[in-house]
Order: sequence, then structure tokens, then C-alpha cells
Amino acid sequence: MNKDQVLGFLKKNTMIIVLLVVLAFFSWRTGGAILLPMNVSNLISQNAYVFVLATGMLLCILTGGNIDLSVGSVVCFVGAVGATLMVNLKVPTPLAIVCMILLGTAIGAFQGFWIAFVRIPPFIVTLAGMLVFRGLSNVVLNGLTVSIKDKTTFVNLFGGGADCYIHDIFGNGTLNLTCLFGGLVATAVFIVLQISSRTQRAKKNYEVENFGTFIVKLVAISAVIVIFAYKLAQHKGIPTVLIWVLIVVLVYGYITNNTTVGRYFYAVGGNEKATKLSGINTNKVYFLAYTNMGFLAALAGMITIARLTSAQPTYGQNYEMDAIGSCFIGGASAYGGIGTVPGVIVGAVLMGVINLGMSLMGVDANMQKVVKGVVLLAAVIFDVVSKRGGKMIVKN
Amino acid sequence: MAKILLEMKNITKTFPGVKALDNVNLQVEEGEIHALVGENGAGKSTLMNVLSGIYPYGTYEGDIIYDGNVCQFGDIKDSEGKGIVIIHQELALIPYMTIAENMFLGNERGTKFKINWHETSDLARKYLDIVGLKDSEQTQIKDIGVGKQQLVEIAKALSKNARLLILDEPTSSLNETDSKALLDLMLKLKKEQGLTSIIISHKLNEVSYVADKITVIRDGSTIETLTKGVDDFSEDRIIKGMVGRELSDRFPKREHHVGDEIMMEVKNWNVYHPLYSDRKVVKDVNIHVKKGEVLGISGLMGAGRTELAMSVFGKSYGENISGQLFIKGQEVHLNTVQDAIKHKLAYVTEDRKGNGLILSNPIKINTTLANLDAVSTRTVIDKDKEYAVAVDYKEKLKTKAPSVEQNVGNLSGGNQQKVLLAKWMFADPDILILDEPTRGIDVGAKYEIYCIINQLVAEGKSVIMISSELPEILGMCDRIYVMNEGRMVGELDGKDATQEKIMTYILQSSGNKEVNNE
Repeated sequence: MNKDQVLGFLKKNTMIIVLLVVLAFFSWRTGGAILLPMNVSNLISQNAYVFVLATGMLLCILTGGNIDLSVGSVVCFVGAVGATLMVNLKVPTPLAIVCMILLGTAIGAFQGFWIAFVRIPPFIVTLAGMLVFRGLSNVVLNGLTVSIKDKTTFVNLFGGGADCYIHDIFGNGTLNLTCLFGGLVATAVFIVLQISSRTQRAKKNYEVENFGTFIVKLVAISAVIVIFAYKLAQHKGIPTVLIWVLIVVLVYGYITNNTTVGRYFYAVGGNEKATKLSGINTNKVYFLAYTNMGFLAALAGMITIARLTSAQPTYGQNYEMDAIGSCFIGGASAYGGIGTVPGVIVGAVLMGVINLGMSLMGVDANMQKVVKGVVLLAAVIFDVVSKRGGKMIVKN
Repeated sequence: MAKILLEMKNITKTFPGVKALDNVNLQVEEGEIHALVGENGAGKSTLMNVLSGIYPYGTYEGDIIYDGNVCQFGDIKDSEGKGIVIIHQELALIPYMTIAENMFLGNERGTKFKINWHETSDLARKYLDIVGLKDSEQTQIKDIGVGKQQLVEIAKALSKNARLLILDEPTSSLNETDSKALLDLMLKLKKEQGLTSIIISHKLNEVSYVADKITVIRDGSTIETLTKGVDDFSEDRIIKGMVGRELSDRFPKREHHVGDEIMMEVKNWNVYHPLYSDRKVVKDVNIHVKKGEVLGISGLMGAGRTELAMSVFGKSYGENISGQLFIKGQEVHLNTVQDAIKHKLAYVTEDRKGNGLILSNPIKINTTLANLDAVSTRTVIDKDKEYAVAVDYKEKLKTKAPSVEQNVGNLSGGNQQKVLLAKWMFADPDILILDEPTRGIDVGAKYEIYCIINQLVAEGKSVIMISSELPEILGMCDRIYVMNEGRMVGELDGKDATQEKIMTYILQSSGNKEVNNE
């Protein structure tokens, strides 16, 4: 490897390297506590909503750095309505789930309409949504807490309560074999897919990365999956919420990477005029981004009330900031057109690790906010400056 | 002989790959109105940008001698400090500020921490009176017309104690009455204030009316300076100076493939400006293009050619579009770009960075963007196929890039243009509208683009080429329309066309004179 390749590698994988450094720092400071199986498992459960929301937020940001400020309030509102339906109105759980999904999607479509077709700036529309749905949550709940502890099916399904792990079919006590097995299967599938795609490309004489890098990457990612599965197996197994997160990540990863619609999100953010003149309906792209955000906010809403086994008018506060932060830390461009689902996941994990690590170290909650703010700013400065070829100050 | 106020000596300015100015000399006497004329791209605006410090000292060669001193302007503030004020073709006024605020923007009266609004108003009034604008200085710019805005610009320049005023196409967006008023104001300022002006204009009747001297620039060099009363000031004489150049073999040999079938016909086409809904930018245009034909649309910048093309291409420009559009004899209504592409129409934009390409994306993604369906099954993109398509076009068009994974932002202008052409060729159109296909690219790449155009018509496609470069139009087209101020003012067969004929059509029709379509 020559110097350029090393620099290129560093630039491409900056956030992964930062994540490793941060992880190493916290395992040192917490005496390894952050890597305990229980904490790894908690990292997933606590941050599930961030993964889901950040994936949706990525689509909005891709269209041109547009953000959705309303997601925190929508999460709260959907949860409030769902809890009220299930507990106060005795609506059957499956019907309540459908209602929540429809409600979230409808809210997204409502905001998307103004943004896409009337071209009201997204910042304004979603700021209004943030106020409206926070207020409505209070109205629906009468300012009170509604407990959904008794709705065990719902709570377990969306990863809350005590029994929120996938049942171990092998029934061994200490090590959850189902989890370990799942991890190994996932690794095997990953390796097979990677190798087959590579051989296909090679057969057609397309460019392939050099064999050494390919193997290193393959081994590294496989190792991460296996270790991760092993850690979870040592705790209580696969948290149900991880299944939801995986579905969201895989589906959206596929959409953004392999479908025409996914391509449109990038194109609009890269150059809207050129996209329009290529015969693509850009209004629809914006509409889709925000409608989808509402849909995923509904899912996050369900995850949130399940985890906390109740609905309260204060839930979901600052969730939008977690999602936006994860996207930018994960390499999404503040001008749109650039960003990937895996990148965003790395960003979200990094935020999660910083949170968890500082909590374990006993850092004051206010200081945690300071650190997160600094990390976010640093990440975006890095992104902008590196794209300008390393020039820090713009000439007037 | 009066005192020489400004002398520009041996000015040479190079941009990467292009020599925009080559040893230009210009002498302006105090108290005269000096006109600069020349074709688009001849270098007039570049010369004025050098003079006003937009291209700072050190980025060009040669000397600027102003008022007896050699000047080294670092930016526009320096030149304004000496009394050289430039008024650009696109007016630089802020619509939601008042006339007075605009006049003193960046030059505010009072102190840094307290603007003196009384002084601002009084001074504004004083200069508005000089230029004869009766509207209150508290009127917002958005509420006055373009003609009055032009007067505000002049008042603003005077308020900076201008001694040398440069006007770049001041009448291009004015009607005849406003233009006349503006020219008379220039004469009045010359007489009463002794103001020296340089005017850049394509309207030769105006130039002859107002100027004391005319300097002709062609291909980045000064050709001649004509003096009123000494030389012939007629339009024909000026045109001769502007276009007198030889066509060399910069164009590939062409065979003619023009068929009988009319591929596309536009009838009584009218388009209004999207923002100023009373301004008509395309007026009663009738054109047609045949199978296998290269049709040229010639004209000056701002003639309405791009607006015509984009309004035809799925109404992507303009409001209140009326007229009929026929493709292969069938009347069609193309309301969206999707419709246009479906009817096998393609528009390759003049602004490849702004409207054409996604610079941050690789060649392969740009190549397939207008026809993603062709590389996907049920909305899932076949990335291998996409890659193969991109490689295919890269080889076919000889695009120079390390691979199709390269971001188009890193390519040269000529190669970007090829990617843009590839994108539209992949959309498999029958009719391609190429808007300034060779703007800003070097001679070699131009030649290759011409070859591609010839290949396209040989395959039976029709090409409509919009170009401001007359040699290119003459060298490439089977038939030529001349457009000016929103109208088609002439039609020529490629064999009979000359630069003089085209320029005559344009210049005779300028200034809102009615000219019949042949």
C-alpha cells in the first residue's frame, strides 16, 4: 500500500476508526465494563429508536440536507394514541398497531405534501409539526401517563419489558445457543454473498478491489458479527427489537443502494435541476422522503412505548436531534446527495457508545450533552473541510 | 486632442486552456462615449472585468494606465475608488430594499454603527434627479420596471463619484422608448457632467447613435477603432469588422442525410417568463426539423433559444405556453419531461454543471439517470448492466477518465460534455436538442463532439443545435434559423449562409423592429 492508498483508506473509514478509538478509550476508562454482554445488549435496546429514525432521516437529508424536526413529537403522539387505543378504548393489539402505522404515515404525508408540492421549507413545516404533535400528545393523554404493562404481547413484540428476547429453542442455561447460531448463519450468508458478487464481477472483467483488502474486510466484518452475537448470547440472547432494527436497516440499505427510487433520493440532493430535466418527478421524491419518515417515526413510537411500557407526553424529546446527529456523524452531507445507511448506523452506534460510556464513567448528564455537541460539530467540520480539499477558511 | 483618460496596453488574459484576450489595446479620451462591439465570446466582458479589478492585477498581462498613472487594481473596490464603475448586464439590485438603500449598499452613509438615513435619502434624491427618475427614493426596487432599475444603477454609479462609467449591454432588456431615454441620458451626462463612458452593445443602431468612437474586438484581439466623423459608421461597416474571419477545417467532413420526413414541428409557439408574467420570451415561433438533419438555431445570448428549447422539452421553462407541437406528424402535448422523453425527445442543456450533471456522482450514475428503467427490472437496478452501459458509452464517445467510477466533477469540460451526451444518447431519442454543445471546451474536444453529431444524424436521428458561435453553426448545420429577441428573424440554407447574413438578420431585427419571417 502506498501513501495515497493509506490516506484514501483513512478518509473512507474515518468514522469506523473513530468508533474503534472511542470504544478503546471507554473500555480503558471503565475497566472493560462497556464491553460486558449486558451493556452490549443495552446499547441495542436503548438506541433502537435512533437506528430506525436515523434511517428515515437519511432519506430526508439525502434530498438536499433537509431535516425533519417533528419526529420526536410524532414518536410521542403515535405512542400516545396507540396506548390510549389499547388501554382506554380496549382496541385489540393488532388493530392498534395498524392504526399507529397509518397515523404516522398520514402525518408524514401531510407534512410531505406542504414540503413537496407547495414547497414550504422543510424546516418550517416540521418545526410546526414538532409543536403541533407535542401539543396533541398532551391533549390525547390529558397530560397523564398511560401504562401498557398489561399489554404483554405488544410490549414483547417491540422489545420492551423483562421478556423481550428471542426465546432460546435449545434451552441451555448460560449461553443462548439460538443467538450464537443466528450470528453464525448471518456470517455465513454474508461471506457467501460477498464472494459470489466478487466472482461474478471478476468473470465479467469489471473492476474488483484487490484480493488482500477484500479478505481483510471480509474477515473483519465476520469477526464483528460473531463477537457481537457471542456477547448477546452471553446475556439473554437476541433482543426482539434488534429484529426490527435489522429489518429496517437491511430493507432501507437495499432500497438506497439498489433501486431506482433510492437512486432518485441521491440524484435530487446532488442536483435537483438536472434530476428534473432527466424526467424524474422531484416533487414525488420529497413527498416520499417525508411520508416514509412518518412511517418510521410510527415504528419508533411503538418501540419507545414498548421499552418504557407506558406513554407519556414527554416521550420522544430530542429524538430528532439524535437521528439528525447520527446521520451527519455517519457521513451524510449537510448539502444532500451523499450518505449511506451503513454510515448512518456507524454514526448512531458511535453516539450510543459515547452515551453509554459516559454514563458508565459517571459523567454528568449535562456534560454528556456538551461532548455529543462537540462530536457532531467536529464530524460536520471534517466532512465539509475534507470535501473542500482540506482548505479550512473560505476566501471571501 | 483631448486628454486620454484610460489606456489599456497589450492586455493578455488566459483561462486554463483558452486565451480570452490577446494583446488588446484600448484608448478612451476624457468626456467621450466609447463603444465596444464584437460577437459573443469575443472578449468584451473579459476586458471590462480586467479593467474593473474583478480579475485582479497579476492574473493578466499588460498595463492599465488611468488618469496618467499605471494602476494595479486588486478588487472592484480599488477601481471604484478611482471612479471606474461598471454596471453589469444582469442588474445587481436587491428587490426588497428601497432605491436609496440599494444605491448606498456597501457604501452606507453615516458611521459603522449608525446609518445616517437622512443623508442617505438626500443624496439618493440628488442623484435620482440628475438621471431624471421621479419615483420616490423610498420605493422598493421590485415595484419599478427594468428601465427605471437601469436608471437607479446609473444614479448609484454617479453617487460613487464615477468618472468612467462602463455599461454592459444596458439596453438588452429594455424596450425601445426606455432604450432611447437611456441613451439620451448618457449623452446628457457627457455634456453636463463631462462623464466618460464605455458602452458594450450588440445593437449597432444604438452604438452609431451614441458613440464617439467604436472599438471592434474579435477573438480576443482589438481589430480596429472607428471615429465618428472620420470613419464610416454604418452598420455594414461595423459588421464587417466584427465577423471578418476565415473558416478553417475545424469541422469534420459531413455527408448530408436529410430525409423528407418532418420529425418535429413547432407552430405558433409563445412562452412567457416564469417570474415576470407579462414578459414574452418566445414570440410566435414556427420551426421544423427533418429526419437526419442538423438544424442550427443561431442568435445572440438572451435571444430566447434556450427558453424555446426548454419550453418544448416538457414545459421545463416558462409560463402560459401556447402553440402546437407535432412529432412525426402527430400532435403531442408534452406537459412534463417524462412525456418528452417518452416521445423520444432529448434536451442536452447548455449549463452542464447547473442543469445537466450530478457532479458529486460517478460517470455511470450520470449516464443512466435519464433512462434508469433500461437498466433495472421492477425498480431494482442491475448494477452490472449499468456499469456495462457506462463503459460502452465511455468507449464509444472516447471519454477520457480513469474509470466510470470517477466522479464527473473531476473531469474536464469536454469530457463532462461527453458524459452528458452519453446520458441522453442512452435515453435513445429520435430528436436531440443540443444547447451550446461546445461551450467552454477545447478545440480537440469540439471536433470530437462534431463527429458525434454527424454520427447521430447518420443513424437517422435529428439534431437541433443551438449555438452562439457562428462558425460552428455554419460548419455543422444543414439549415439555420436565426433567432433574436424571442422571434425567428430568418431562415437560411446551410450552403448559402454566411456570418454576414446571420449578423445582418440579427442586427436589423434588434430594437423591436418588426421583421417578417423571410
